[in-house]
Amino acid sequence: MNTLLYDGTFEGLLTAVFEIYDRKLHHVKLITGEWRNEALFEEVIPVITDESRANRVLRGLRKKLSTAGVQRLYITHMAEIAGEDSNILGFIRYVFDSDINIEEDYGNRYVMRLSEILKMVRREKHRMEAFVRFQKLKDGTFYAGIEPDFNVLPLLIKHFKSRYADQKWMIYDIKRSYGLYYDLHDTQFIAMDFADGGKPANVIAAYSEDEGIYQTLWKNYFTSVNIASRKNTRLHIRHIPKRYWRHLTEKI
Amino acid sequence: MNADRITEKLNILADAAKYDVSCASSGSNRKNKDKGLGNASNGICHSYTEDGRCVSLLKILLTNHCIFDCAYCVSRKNNDIKRAAFTVQEVVDLTINFYRRNYIEGLFLSSGIFKDADYTMERLVRVAKKLRTEHNFNGYIHLKSIPGASDELMREAGLYADRLSVNLEMPTEAGLKLLAPDKNRQDMIDPMRFLKNEIVKNTEEKKLFKSTPMFAPAGQSTQVIVGATPESDQQVLQSANYFYKNFNLKRVYYSGYVPVLADQRLPALNTAVPMVRENRLYQADWLMRFYGFHVNEIVNDGNPLLDLDIDPKLSWAIRNMQVFPVDINKADLQLILRVPGIGLQSAQKIVGARKFARLGWEQLKKIGVAINRARYFITCNSNEFERRDLTGQNIKQFIMAESQSKYIKNSQTQFSLF
Ligand code: SF4
Repeated sequence: MNTLLYDGTFEGLLTAVFEIYDRKLHHVKLITGEWRNEALFEEVIPVITDESRANRVLRGLRKKLSTAGVQRLYITHMAEIAGEDSNILGFIRYVFDSDINIEEDYGNRYVMRLSEILKMVRREKHRMEAFVRFQKLKDGTFYAGIEPDFNVLPLLIKHFKSRYADQKWMIYDIKRSYGLYYDLHDTQFIAMDFADGGKPANVIAAYSEDEGIYQTLWKNYFTSVNIASRKNTRLHIRHIPKRYWRHLTEKI
Repeated sequence: MNADRITEKLNILADAAKYDVSCASSGSNRKNKDKGLGNASNGICHSYTEDGRCVSLLKILLTNHCIFDCAYCVSRKNNDIKRAAFTVQEVVDLTINFYRRNYIEGLFLSSGIFKDADYTMERLVRVAKKLRTEHNFNGYIHLKSIPGASDELMREAGLYADRLSVNLEMPTEAGLKLLAPDKNRQDMIDPMRFLKNEIVKNTEEKKLFKSTPMFAPAGQSTQVIVGATPESDQQVLQSANYFYKNFNLKRVYYSGYVPVLADQRLPALNTAVPMVRENRLYQADWLMRFYGFHVNEIVNDGNPLLDLDIDPKLSWAIRNMQVFPVDINKADLQLILRVPGIGLQSAQKIVGARKFARLGWEQLKKIGVAINRARYFITCNSNEFERRDLTGQNIKQFIMAESQSKYIKNSQTQFSLF
């Protein structure tokens, strides 16, 4: 058993795959983190992310998978679900070991597992597109805090950028301490130091004048459209799991 | 803005609009243009009411004043309730501000009839026009057309709205006459026909000239109320099928009647909302639209009512045992789609996966097939075949007994589409 340590990026992963094939390693384990000599034992092989090696692996994948297939692989890795690297690696190996495109071989455990992960990630991405609640701040920026289970913020760029083109907005992943900011032209990732200024929870102090009114109107609306004689709490919670409620205006 | 007054209006006019169920926001393809606000394409449910229904659009009435007197409607003329009316600008402001905060996908605007059909319709159109032209708003807009509105107004509505709907309200003309004496079927059908023709014309023109403006890109839909009058499911679905075929409707919505008024023509106030029936109708509607079922296969003279205990696909299967067992590794997609417990996605996965290896129970389970139901109707790469010599009735009992015990275990009501 060989353990490979890589930096957690997709490029890093592809570089690791290159190493595995280059050194003809068979039983491997992937871990992510920073290389620190003193903390690790000698059998760990550090992978230095290398663009040209990663690209060679990517080209290989492109030959054997459809464009959508490569995209799906990327998304499942991006989500950073603990312990899934070995399945992703298993999938990649299966791709390279086969002569034909194996994307639809759902009888295979790696293909199946990837399709499961993809489903979970897509669902959370979709939920974030639905459950982001912007609050308008004094400077006109629309701010939203989120705490998704998976790292889906990068997957949200396209949707929000093409939707809110005429307002400045920021979506901040409180769990992972980084955000996405759109300045009317481009989006960029930002890390904010909330120590000076407001904590995400304290944005209320920075509300624009009419923010409170619209929040109240929305809450009222939410109550008005309910049909009491059809109440179905279980169904309600299945649609909006409780862990999302703390960022939903109508649920606070 | 007078916050208190707006709040009161919103409460009244959202409350009155909530019984209209057609609130989906998908099926359009409106892009954000010139760095404006919003787009409309994939339909997102932004929240869910405590009764579990999706909240996707700001669904309100422009007013609940009405000169008509439909027995099933809270806004009817003779109902003693608080009345209110929004101004055009108020609706525009609410829509924009809710949209900017990502509360909604857009607006669903309906209205009671003040004065006459055109007078009311003209105001609905004005809201949409203002949103599109003054605010460069590209979110979803669904306007409910007022029965009897003129062609010119319908044409204008189609230029600004993504979807238009004319509600049929009752599955049959007789039902309508009974409960909505001021309305008549022809006033609903005329605008529907007009829209259908305009949409067809627009699609043709779009092929020739790219610059042709969009016309109701998400098409038209309608709603029928179920359970207020005694029509059978056969009548309801036949009527839905007729409108799908003849007016190219995108959706027919079935709204289980919620008793809101005491009226001797209507079910008593304490009558339960027919939620299971409503769900079965949606399932049957899916079978017609996506699974290749003909309406007569689902309901017919011998079976005018949908079975409330089991879903319509299972119900069809046990009436047609001669079709089964289906060989998963060989059968056409169309036939696999007819197997209870196999949905659209699983069916497609099966057809993809069996190119690599013959599929057995394990793989089918992983693919997402509900084995507990499907196993009576299929053979796969295994010697086990569950049907033995069971009759359709046996199978129904087994499946019900099983879901019953599951029901008790989870004490959970599950309404799933297969
Ligand atoms: S016309 Fe519409 S708003 Fe008026 S009473 Fe009939 S259903 Fe209600």
